[in-house]
Amino acid sequence: MKLSRRSLLKTSVAAAAFATVGLPSFAQAIDELVIAYNVTLPSWDPTVGPSAVNPTIQGFYQSVFDLYIPQNPDLSFGKGIITDYGWNDDQSQIWMDVREGVTWHNGDPLTAEDVAWSLTRAGNPDTGNPIQFIWGKVANVKAEGNRVTADVVEYEPTFFKWMSFLTGYVLPKKYYEEVGAEGFEAAPIGSGPYMVEKFERNAFVRLKANENYWGGAPEFKTVTIKFVTDAASRVAEIESGNSHVTLEVPYEEFDRLKAKDGIDGVATPISDIGMIFINDIDVMLDPNVRKAAAHAIDKQLIIDRLLSGYGVAIDTLQTPDYVAYDPSIKVPYDPELSKKLLADSGYSTDKPVKFTIQTTKGFKPKDYEMIQAIVGLWRKVGIEAEIEVYEIAKHYELRAADQLAPMAFYNWGNAVGDPTTSTGFAMFGPSPHSVWDGKETFDMILPLWGEKDEAKRIEGWKKVDAWIAEDAEVIPLLQYVQPILSVSGVKVTPHHSGALLPYLMTRS
Amino acid sequence: MALLRSFLMRLISTAITLFGVAVIVFVVIRVVPGNPIAMMLPPGATDADIARLQAQYGFDKSIFQQFLIWLGDVVQGDFGTSISLRQPVSELVLNRLPATLELSIMALTIAVLLGGAMALLGTRYRGTKAEGAVDIGAGMALSIPDFLWGLVLILLFGVLWPIFNISGRISPALNIDFSTNFYLFEAILRLRFDVIGDLLGHMLMPALALAIPLAAIIAQLLKQSLKETMHLDYVTLARTRGYSEHSVIIHEALPNAVLPTLTLVGVQFTFLIGGTVIIERLFSYEGLGNMAIDAVINRDLPLIQGIVILFALLFTLVNLVVDMLYVVLNPRLRHA
Repeated sequence: MKLSRRSLLKTSVAAAAFATVGLPSFAQAIDELVIAYNVTLPSWDPTVGPSAVNPTIQGFYQSVFDLYIPQNPDLSFGKGIITDYGWNDDQSQIWMDVREGVTWHNGDPLTAEDVAWSLTRAGNPDTGNPIQFIWGKVANVKAEGNRVTADVVEYEPTFFKWMSFLTGYVLPKKYYEEVGAEGFEAAPIGSGPYMVEKFERNAFVRLKANENYWGGAPEFKTVTIKFVTDAASRVAEIESGNSHVTLEVPYEEFDRLKAKDGIDGVATPISDIGMIFINDIDVMLDPNVRKAAAHAIDKQLIIDRLLSGYGVAIDTLQTPDYVAYDPSIKVPYDPELSKKLLADSGYSTDKPVKFTIQTTKGFKPKDYEMIQAIVGLWRKVGIEAEIEVYEIAKHYELRAADQLAPMAFYNWGNAVGDPTTSTGFAMFGPSPHSVWDGKETFDMILPLWGEKDEAKRIEGWKKVDAWIAEDAEVIPLLQYVQPILSVSGVKVTPHHSGALLPYLMTRS
Repeated sequence: MALLRSFLMRLISTAITLFGVAVIVFVVIRVVPGNPIAMMLPPGATDADIARLQAQYGFDKSIFQQFLIWLGDVVQGDFGTSISLRQPVSELVLNRLPATLELSIMALTIAVLLGGAMALLGTRYRGTKAEGAVDIGAGMALSIPDFLWGLVLILLFGVLWPIFNISGRISPALNIDFSTNFYLFEAILRLRFDVIGDLLGHMLMPALALAIPLAAIIAQLLKQSLKETMHLDYVTLARTRGYSEHSVIIHEALPNAVLPTLTLVGVQFTFLIGGTVIIERLFSYEGLGNMAIDAVINRDLPLIQGIVILFALLFTLVNLVVDMLYVVLNPRLRHA
């Protein structure tokens, strides 16, 4: 056959057309769900090591393991392995009823013994559970029939809430003791909706549906979660049809892609917030400066301009779906008030107050740009802030050492929505996560840690939030909105904790 | 004998280099901000908890003491345990090394073929529009960094005309148990053409992104070198004997002109391996580079140390091989 220039051209065009048609298209029936995830999964044991307290990977764990108490997509608490629970009358004991008829992925029955063992193991400091400080507040954990009881060592009002949060997973006693930590890491089994079929570290995890799942078999029988950490690559994954679902893409790309045929988008407020820590040092000891800084920020403008409207402005460290959220607490945008407050302390646009604000750059969507915008707004009222960019690792180090700059941008996650895990740990001086040392706040928070009357406890935290807002001890900025893109054949139910759960995905 | 002496000298200098790298890396990553312990503190951590964690990972000792302990372990082949992945560092890096090596070798092969072809084309058609096109192409290829080439390739061959895979090293659905982590080499040996196709489908774009700038460098240098060689007497003599221009370039000029390029390729290959860090991240390719970024983000000090030492070892070995090859290929050095 003679190959002329024209025939070569024709062949090339035909090949191109064939390749375009022959590759994954949005309308095709989906047998194997492919998700392009934004983070990698470092290790499988969800109860030990640094991974256990990484909120961004809890979706992997919740696909394979069951939490003691699950959280519904709206963050309300459901019935899971633990179907009922509570304290005895004098709150010296806890009790939990374990669901019957549940099996592990290897077919063994899940019993109350497994729950008791998991809880005892979690409370043992030698195992390396980072949340041992909570689990260690009960001891003498016993299983009788399908009921588990434990003695309370120190009353912890959020104990059961932690059972839906970091490290709150039930692990298989018999299997774990047989294979040991290394064996479990190599071949993890749980009781969750999916079983691990294949795991290539830093590449993907392939999950197979647990047809015997107590909550009903998942709709997608095989799910591959690819670890695609680069946002541009995730955009390409969904746009090319190589993946069916992805998340955490830039908001501009989210708007562009969801407008295309064959791609749907859902954006949901999640339990992560953006905030500015205030360290009570230097000029931050002056309440007028702090208040002026807080009132000079037009949060909604920042959300609209920088985040394409994807965000919810907040004035306390509680989001609207947290239990201690109080909509009456407001810190309004009022630049005139800021000028007046600064003038009272001898500052003006001609003689601005100066300090440093630290921020990450690219760790969260538009983090640096938001701080730039805030610094611009501050300049108009008489605040001259110098931006210092740091890595998140440095933030942790400085925060733990109480050495953050006078102001520092950070994001805070609180999937259980309890005020202790937001305002509590962020604002209680002795906490390694707090840089605020003010005595009034300390005195207000201290009695709330062990408050046994739940209504009184929540009211107490609302008062703390009101005081913190009034005294401008922290600047809450926004509740983040998580963008999720999916091809039209897949319906995604977002979870407000931010965990992307394949179990909640169905065919549409 | 001279070759052996040269080889031994290089081995000694390699050992010294590695020791220097170990010292610098060990000290630098402990001096830069970002304490791994601070990153893993639970919300209610007390001073005692912090002290316990520091002792657990050996951070309660002085940097000098930590270094001596680490060096003692390294000498025995123990690079410690990764903080974030909770597995032995040596196992982790050795499992990943084959992926990076395969990618780098593929990129180098593409770069040499592409760059060599461009140089030969430019030389054969020197003074014509074809040479101009080669120069412009090489200039463009060189002026765009590899990660941008990666993005361009993703857009072209991942999205607009999706003929290659955008992410990963192998399709998760592919059912094959490898005995080694050299997937491509093993698939070739086992004649698993389906696997070879799948691996190439994943590897070609990142390899091409790494190869394009290097190909441009090779093209420019080899073309220049060929140009100079083409004016030498022995080449003119070959022409007068009636050899075709094609034959003169390939058989007479190229063997001499290739030597400077070889040295450059050796040096550039180490840069190419360095470039895998970003490219592997972009293509979610499960190599050492991708792991290195995670290690840095997580301040996983033992893993960072292990990866850097391995990269340093690779660099020095590549340079050693290139130097030895240069001696072997260059008759003046060979007979010195």
